[in-house]
Amino acid sequence: MKLLFTATWAVLSKDLRSELRTRYALNALLLFAVCTAVAVSMGVGFFGLRRDEEALLIQATLLWLALLFAALNGLSRSFVQEEERRTALALLLAAPSIAVYLGKFLFNLGLLAILDSVTSLLFISFVRVQIGNLALFIAFLATGSLCLTTATTLLAAIIAKASFKSGLFAVLAFPLIFPILIVAIQGTALALAGAPWSEGWPALRLLASYALATFVASLMLFRTVWET
Amino acid sequence: MIQLTLTEVAASYGPRLVLNAISFNLQKGAVLVVQGQNGSGKSTLLRLLAGLQKPTTGTINYLLQDTNFTPREAAPFLGWVAPDLMLYRELTARENLKFFAQVRGLTYSKSEIDALLTKLGLAGRGDDWVAHFSSGMTQRLRYAYALFHQPLILLLDEPTVTLDEKGAALVANVIAEQRQRGITVIATNDPTELRFGDYILELSPAVERAR
Repeated sequence: MKLLFTATWAVLSKDLRSELRTRYALNALLLFAVCTAVAVSMGVGFFGLRRDEEALLIQATLLWLALLFAALNGLSRSFVQEEERRTALALLLAAPSIAVYLGKFLFNLGLLAILDSVTSLLFISFVRVQIGNLALFIAFLATGSLCLTTATTLLAAIIAKASFKSGLFAVLAFPLIFPILIVAIQGTALALAGAPWSEGWPALRLLASYALATFVASLMLFRTVWET
Repeated sequence: MIQLTLTEVAASYGPRLVLNAISFNLQKGAVLVVQGQNGSGKSTLLRLLAGLQKPTTGTINYLLQDTNFTPREAAPFLGWVAPDLMLYRELTARENLKFFAQVRGLTYSKSEIDALLTKLGLAGRGDDWVAHFSSGMTQRLRYAYALFHQPLILLLDEPTVTLDEKGAALVANVIAEQRQRGITVIATNDPTELRFGDYILELSPAVERAR
């Protein structure tokens, strides 16, 4: 167990250090977030002034679409980089498979947390989104992002070995992500409207269950994917 | 007890047979040199021994410390040097070695890393990014990666490629030291490297073998 913890921390630290030096994933994610927020604000910014149910749902949808496309653009990179730079073999021979998965998972979760914060702030500034229940909004962003990370980290390991990486990632990820995206959008719309926690709980529980199920499935499947 | 046993091992890529019915047994202290033309399956054989791919048929077994291991299970005891082994270019040599020591669960000190780098002719270059290394220095760092955990099995694919004369002498020392610790398997095209081996395995391209 101590080796797993140490190795996981080592993989996470290595990825963070590499990312800070190369900005391989972070730049792509942030650039995408800024471009989307600016484009949305110029196109449908007036929705931020409306507080009816339909407008709130559209705001939530736009926010999650921005997060989704930025995530699809960036979350596969930690695995793809290992294959493209041909460091995967050295890692495969030295590190326990589960530690590789957990390290990359935590790295992706960190990236998505940064993306969530930046995108939300941009939407609040540019699209003039008003948040009725901030705590519930953060809870939906956090659990939704957890779902995105659990669903896409294993897929990233799969597509890293393929030749048509970026297209394949989106194609494989979409059916996995689609159901939770709907729940996250509807939950976020509730939070924007200022709904109480009691209204948000069922959706939050569903997201948390999805995250747990995909995380456990990923832990079980990763070794086969990584070592093949 | 350290022993490597291959029994009727074959490997193919799709319909093309690369290795056919390879069998041998090596004990501690042995050095096997695998020789052959390009495409004869030398690197494939080393990848099979490292557990990076599975044989189409046949078995590979490591007996290490009285326990049997498949190649994948034996990974903690293996050291692998090959041209397609790349280390992290955006990290320094020292950071690379620290990282691989940590994921292997090794305890290490700065002086141990420095000693290994010095031994491999990389003294004073530990804090340089690998991206700034020459190809010969990168090859020396591959040896550091492969030797830091003192492997019982050392697999060397083209061991002196890109190395200068001093580097080649270094490889001879590494192989001599490995004799005390375990088994070495070398894949090479270079006839001068045959001198390292106690045993020579000559591979010919599968097409010729099929005839």
